[in-house]
Amino acid sequence: MARTMAEKVWEEHVVRRADGEPDLLYIDLHLVHEVTSPQAFEGLRLAGRSVRRPDLTIATEDHNVPTQNLLAPIADPVSRKQVETLRKNCSDFGVRLHPMGDIEQGVVHVVGPQLGLTQPGMTIVCGDSHTSTHGAFGALAFGIGTSQVEHVLATQTLPLAPFKTMAVTVNGQLKPGVSAKDIILAVIAKIGTGGGQGYVIEYRGEAIESLSMEARMTVCNMSIEAGARAGMIAPDQTTFDYIRGRAHAPKGEDFDAAVEHWKSLRTDEGAVFDAEVVLDADELSPFVTWGTNPGQGVPLDASVPDPASFEDPSARAAAEKALAYMDLAPGTPMREVRVDTVFLGSCTNGRIEDLRAAAEIMRGRKVAEGVRMLVVPGSMRVKEQANEEGLGRVFEEAGAEWREAGCSMCLGMNPDQLKPGERSASTSNRNFEGRQGRGGRTHLVSPQVAAATAVRGTLSSPADLVSL
Amino acid sequence: MEKIDVHTGRAVPLRASNVDTDQIIPAVYLKRVSRTGFEDGLFAEWRQDEDFVLNRPEYSGASVLVAGPDFGTGSSREHAVWALKDYGFRAVLSSRFADIFRGNSLKGGLLTVLLPQEVIERLWETVEADPTTEVTVDLVNREVRAPGVRESFELDDYTRWRLMEGLDDIALTLRHTEEIGAFEQNRRSWLPVTL
Ligand code: SF4
Repeated sequence: MARTMAEKVWEEHVVRRADGEPDLLYIDLHLVHEVTSPQAFEGLRLAGRSVRRPDLTIATEDHNVPTQNLLAPIADPVSRKQVETLRKNCSDFGVRLHPMGDIEQGVVHVVGPQLGLTQPGMTIVCGDSHTSTHGAFGALAFGIGTSQVEHVLATQTLPLAPFKTMAVTVNGQLKPGVSAKDIILAVIAKIGTGGGQGYVIEYRGEAIESLSMEARMTVCNMSIEAGARAGMIAPDQTTFDYIRGRAHAPKGEDFDAAVEHWKSLRTDEGAVFDAEVVLDADELSPFVTWGTNPGQGVPLDASVPDPASFEDPSARAAAEKALAYMDLAPGTPMREVRVDTVFLGSCTNGRIEDLRAAAEIMRGRKVAEGVRMLVVPGSMRVKEQANEEGLGRVFEEAGAEWREAGCSMCLGMNPDQLKPGERSASTSNRNFEGRQGRGGRTHLVSPQVAAATAVRGTLSSPADLVSL
Repeated sequence: MEKIDVHTGRAVPLRASNVDTDQIIPAVYLKRVSRTGFEDGLFAEWRQDEDFVLNRPEYSGASVLVAGPDFGTGSSREHAVWALKDYGFRAVLSSRFADIFRGNSLKGGLLTVLLPQEVIERLWETVEADPTTEVTVDLVNREVRAPGVRESFELDDYTRWRLMEGLDDIALTLRHTEEIGAFEQNRRSWLPVTL
């Protein structure tokens, strides 16, 4: 029978199947960070259990880490405690850890792919919802809760309920200045934050195939904002070229064998998805959010919507509440919305290509008066590469703060936060109330829009800038 | 894990949709490394408002949360489940839950029950009219009961059995260690290792 890619990967990992029970799936790679793991390790210890496969496990420090003065002890005692607990747990249980300052340290979803640990056809989990990022390689990758983290540590497996499949086909080609972020924001605005619920989404179509690996990661990353379990993109030459030569990629004949297998993972001709959504890339333009969930977005050319225009009463109420929180009046052109802060970073848009795209726009320009811009690379390796390419200098000369790697203002667990009432343009993935700091207001944008916004001080696209 | 069969308790009407996990427990509470004591973080932002429903004396001690649609969206933090449980909730009723939250709750022994929105609305009205109203969540018969409400709900047999037995997943899986070992023998040799 014709099968989808997600079904193939699932089938290959079934350790045990029994009537009336969820399938027991083998997990190929388990990513660990300091926030969702302490209680899992505590559980192991209490039960006298060990980590079954430390060699399929890797940890990094990301959510809590400061992005400046790395040599000083972490000021916040609670953050420090989480990081220290991770260090102790990794050393007690024999898990490889990339601590602050290490060249491979960074946001967990940037680290896996850059090391070549993320490969097609794998099952990958992490106690973090944006694990969907790794689906860009054709892996089945999803976020899990802490008790599941404990379960994977102890057994390298997970009992899992089946999912449904959804195809999101993006036809045509993106116009210049429109990016992967705009695709996924448009998808979420179209299907809603609950639209993907219960599904693994496969992104396909010409526009997706033309994306680089990093852009594909941006798309898959935000599958979770559409409510989906995971997002996937079929592996192709772009994928193979990206993996080849990385530290943990298969070598020599193994690589050829791997590619052979990876090619077989594509969704079969005639396979049926439980749901299908189609978008035209040529119709997309830079997208920004106006509200407090990622589905509340419009093209940058549009205005803040009027809640009265929503037919569904709960959507209308949600819009009213969001506009009150965001302090926005209906009808205000999005381009007139002034920001205090621009955040470029996160596992959505903190990779080298994102930094290149933003630097391209910032080169020779200045961050607007009164605006603070934080550029936070996704990993220390990304930072090193950016410095080699001179991107760090571009940001600094423009007046932006060029920081160390971590999650940073994506969720504000470290000192990088918005103050109450402050407004940001952020390349991260969530605009929930208080996400970037209590009372902070977030507009989700692409790296290109973030850069142009930093220069003009109001939400802008590169096309709005006076040419140099 | 505590066994659940039939739970009866007073209920709190939470008239809000899309309650994401950042609202259930803000990120700042995630910094702890312990497994208990998260009740102070539950809806911490909203509880600053003295009119917030959890702050009203008539709902103190309630153990059933009746929430709007799309409860538990957002980040996968299991702390949201711990906070609800530590605060004293045994069951959450809603017409739609976010997947990860629902999975976390059922594993953690917090019963999340799917009911039609129309039933949720009726429960809200009943409980608001009389906050001493008791709501029964009956896992044995897969049924929710309250004055004027008798509604069955779906929950797969396996999850129901686990919750009723109070069984932890790891113990269950470790009974299949041999099968896991056999699977590992057949994994492709070029798959990556971290060490
Ligand atoms: S960058 Fe943001 S979304 Fe990504 S893992 Fe860190 S906190 Fe989560």
